[in-house]
Amino acid sequence: MVWVRIAHPDHAFFRALYTTVYMAVIAQFMGVVLGLIAALMRSSRLAPLRWLSGLYIWIFRGTPLLVQIFFIYYGTNELFGVNIIPNTLHLGLFSLDGAVLAGILALGINEGAYMREIIRAGIDSIDKGQMEAAKSLGMRYGLAMRRIVLPQAARVIVPPLGNEFNNMLKTTSLVFTIGVYEMFADAEIGYSNSFLPAEYFLGVAFWYLVLTTVWAFIQAAIERKLAASERGEELSFIERMQAAWNPATAWWARGTR
Amino acid sequence: MEPRDRLVGTGDPMTDVVMRAEDVRKRFGRLEVLKGVSLDVTQRETICIIGPSGSGKTTFIRCINHLEKINSGRITVNGHLIGYRETNGKLREDTEKNIAHQRTQIGMVFQRFNLFPHKTALENVTEAPVRVLGTPADEAKETGLRLLTRVGLADKCETYPGKLSGGQQQRVAIARALAMKPALMLFDEPTSALDPEVTGEVLDVMEELAREGMTMIVVTHEMGFARKAADRVVMMDDGTIIEEGTPEHFFEAPDQERTKQFLSKIL
Repeated sequence: MVWVRIAHPDHAFFRALYTTVYMAVIAQFMGVVLGLIAALMRSSRLAPLRWLSGLYIWIFRGTPLLVQIFFIYYGTNELFGVNIIPNTLHLGLFSLDGAVLAGILALGINEGAYMREIIRAGIDSIDKGQMEAAKSLGMRYGLAMRRIVLPQAARVIVPPLGNEFNNMLKTTSLVFTIGVYEMFADAEIGYSNSFLPAEYFLGVAFWYLVLTTVWAFIQAAIERKLAASERGEELSFIERMQAAWNPATAWWARGTR
Repeated sequence: MEPRDRLVGTGDPMTDVVMRAEDVRKRFGRLEVLKGVSLDVTQRETICIIGPSGSGKTTFIRCINHLEKINSGRITVNGHLIGYRETNGKLREDTEKNIAHQRTQIGMVFQRFNLFPHKTALENVTEAPVRVLGTPADEAKETGLRLLTRVGLADKCETYPGKLSGGQQQRVAIARALAMKPALMLFDEPTSALDPEVTGEVLDVMEELAREGMTMIVVTHEMGFARKAADRVVMMDDGTIIEEGTPEHFFEAPDQERTKQFLSKIL
């Protein structure tokens, strides 16, 4: 029964869910960092940095993510002649499977290319007068960026960033192709063993929906907090929910308007 | 001013020069907006720059703190060359660090306030002293409170700019610039974006500042302010200074036909 998969997931499934979540979180974080660096490089005075930034998004937005995942997992060691992607990466107490590492790298690097455009748009949306005012007070570019421009840009960046992470949670399913045991791999293997496609795939779909829904709530809370600190105008939790509309949050916010 | 910044000789009015511009030229593409502007501003002096739109007045004061690069000429503040360093008689743009340091001595008030919307009035005032000058937070806060009191906004410390009127925002902006203890204050049409009924409160603060002896360069269309507070009025037209003199000279008997024409239109 489908309901069994939804209501009584087994231990292996929860490990898979955990893998999905931590891969998505780390890859998204990596994407934000790479995107920020690339966005700042794009407006650099040094032409080579601008080119590098352009080359980066040209390649990673212009080729399929699945190809990137395969290339990074199977191709990098051969290409560079050194063991960049080990079978297992040992990090003190923890160790990370090579496929997981490759998956995170591929997802993160790919995400960075998209994040660059989002962060860029956020920075561009801030009035030029802000940077000028900061400079007129003796702030250097880096300080002005960090203290004045980026905190304001964050408010513009967070809603699309939330959408990106929603996407990321689901896109991690691609790494089952290089043998990572995440949620979709669990479903796929369960299905192959049992030939119960409806049960397994509907079950896993339900759990993806749980993840993205939880995220929608977290995102709404973050946006509310940012809005409050930005203009000093306190929006209610409910109002932010309505802004970040989806059926679950809409249900939550019912009857307030 | 450090001693070495002063030019030699006492009694010479030149020793008190805070800002000196020599034959400043500036092009935007093919359009030459400053065609050789020279001006000396001495300590405690208030200069009003007037002139029609497009005459280059805003560009000129933006050059003084190097928000705009210049194509030729030189600008010094307290004897320091602004934005450039001279090696073997050639001018090259200075490092970002040095330019930032020079700007700490030059306060600027913008037409559109440019307050930081994510910071309260007090945080706007204390941000640069703490982050740039390294002033201890409590000391900066104390100074900030005093400055906000001085511009009549002691009760608005915790208010975000979005909740302040234009006049109040501009007064916070003045306090923010003063917090750096500048040697020179630049005002770029500080009341042009304000409702007529609140320009007075901003001009009052500026007049007070002029009386206290702040060295100020004010680009303005407020002739009442120029008449009351200015030591000297400078008329710019088409990228050059065409006339300068005392407010009396200007408003009673200007020499230039162009000045008469301009004043008759706006008075």
